[in-house]
Amino acid sequence: MTTTKATGKALQITTPGDREIRITRSFDAPRQLVWDAYTRPDLLKRWLGAMPGWSWAVCEMDVREGGRYRWVWRGPEGAELGLGGEYREVVPHERLVTTEKYDQAWYPGEAVGTVEFTERDGRTTLVTTLRYESKAARDAVLQSPATSGMEMGYALLDTLLASIATA
Amino acid sequence: MQPLGYGSLSPARLDATFAALADPTRRAILARLASGEASVRELAEPFSMSQAAISKHLKVLERAGLISHGRDAQRRPRKLEAQPLAEANEWLERYRQFWEESYGRLDELLEEMKRTAKPRTSERRATSKRKGRRER
Repeated sequence: MTTTKATGKALQITTPGDREIRITRSFDAPRQLVWDAYTRPDLLKRWLGAMPGWSWAVCEMDVREGGRYRWVWRGPEGAELGLGGEYREVVPHERLVTTEKYDQAWYPGEAVGTVEFTERDGRTTLVTTLRYESKAARDAVLQSPATSGMEMGYALLDTLLASIATA
Repeated sequence: MQPLGYGSLSPARLDATFAALADPTRRAILARLASGEASVRELAEPFSMSQAAISKHLKVLERAGLISHGRDAQRRPRKLEAQPLAEANEWLERYRQFWEESYGRLDELLEEMKRTAKPRTSERRATSKRKGRRER
């Protein structure tokens, strides 16, 4: 067997248009599972969010067209990071289009995120395209280390998954 | 929205850096200056552009702190300033790292889901085509 590195998991970040950021990554799992991990709050909370000192406060997701979602993390010294929006398009296992706005947005307007799930030979490629209202907004996002609120994140989930793996 | 702060990176400076880098001519100028300082005339040569047009680009680069003047008052050679580029690169690296780590956790989660989904496949999805495909 080759290592997982050879299976094309490399992350790609591109700016296909001057209002967009695109992130592409493949996963070694059928897209039903990737879809579940993306759309079920109990699963999403395990990989998205929470740097050391940060934790989920709200994770509400009404995954259907016209439904809304609301995510809030709490951090040190009462800091709070919240965002939310609407599910514009929900095509199970294929495509998810949402609007996205932070409570304290540091860029103008609302962003529209499109996540496409493509499965091939049991592997799923996720293409996430964030489209901002203007180039200025896109650039502001590219400059902020707080991008997507998801920067908070990894250590806690690493710990969680490590504990699951050894359980 | 700065619960995480910008660290040593100034948002205004990054803004100027990314804006300056957005233009292909300016990137070409920086690439040229990476191999040593050059005068405006020398910088204009490879482009089908007037020196005035090149000067405009140089001003943008200068405001972003990406280049500076050399000491020679006659030629006023421009030279590359590495620091802002290093900062911009550091930020992009963090952005990339964030996604890589997030998706790394998703990998782990998916592995676990695959393990736990197996025995329940028939119960969860009676018509699943997944099973046959995955067990070859």
